[in-house]
Amino acid sequence: MNDATQHLDDHGDGPGHFTRRGYLIGFLLSVVLTAVPFWLVMTGALHDAQTTAIVIIAFAVVQILVHTVCFLHVNTRGEGGWTLMAYAFTAVIVLIVIAGSLWIMYHLNSNMMPMPSAETSAQP
Amino acid sequence: MAADALTEPQAEPSFYDIEDSHHHEAGGSTLLGFWIYLMSDALIFATLFATYGVLSSAYAGGPSPREIFELPLVAVNTALLLTSSITYGFAMIAMQEGKLRGTQLWLVVTGLLGIGFVGIELYEFANLIHEGATPQTSAFLSAFFTLVATHGLHVTFGILWLGVMLVQLGQRGLHPENQRRLMCLSMFWHFLDVVWIGVFTFVYLLGVLR
Repeated sequence: MNDATQHLDDHGDGPGHFTRRGYLIGFLLSVVLTAVPFWLVMTGALHDAQTTAIVIIAFAVVQILVHTVCFLHVNTRGEGGWTLMAYAFTAVIVLIVIAGSLWIMYHLNSNMMPMPSAETSAQP
Repeated sequence: MAADALTEPQAEPSFYDIEDSHHHEAGGSTLLGFWIYLMSDALIFATLFATYGVLSSAYAGGPSPREIFELPLVAVNTALLLTSSITYGFAMIAMQEGKLRGTQLWLVVTGLLGIGFVGIELYEFANLIHEGATPQTSAFLSAFFTLVATHGLHVTFGILWLGVMLVQLGQRGLHPENQRRLMCLSMFWHFLDVVWIGVFTFVYLLGVLR
């Protein structure tokens, strides 16, 4: 259409590099990666809550990666690698925030002195 | 110092030449900046997820996730958001090919799917509140409403942005600035989809499993 459109087609290194095939692959993968966890939980196919939990978390991690690559187009070349760098940094911080909070608060909870129930219920 | 700079002749052309040869660099810095905003947004969601994780079993005598979550509704919502991701992708491909009509059409489809998503979420919230599962009931429900509503609010603003882009496209067509804006919105929209993966997995599926 114009030269800016042209530049999107020419430069495969920027975030403007989109292909129909990439989107379709991403979509099909994400449909499978969504449907299987829902099916596992709704039918209870694995009979074991813990195994099911591990499996659906694994599916979520894979699906997030699929979306990152196929839809968000994060790769080593975009913006000279800075997109990927920022993404990796954020992923580390996100993991620290979530895992750290859960870890600390869990132990804080289990190491609390047991309180008499009258006092507990008096708490707001 | 500033006066010196003004009187010097070579200080005069000290502007960034973004129009002639460096389209991609001008758009590139905006896109990277927007990406970094999205990463900071991810940190907001990380804190909300952490809060939810810590409080997810603090029912305070209120209902548990298994009693109040309706997975079929969540599955429909997830399907809507997933489909809206690929329709937005098709809009970007139409934009790449310079097809204004196609871009607008796919953006409208994306917007409608987004509206459907927010509508179902509001319906779910209304149902919960009607059943007495309000944010005030327990820490679990406070954290749940904060996390899910923050995501829903993001989607709502994404839809508003989509509407603005449709107006812009209608008036000005696919010029480079609009293409850059559409690419930012693309990242925003797909990012929200990524957050939703976390929500449906950790809040809904694991909640029902517990």
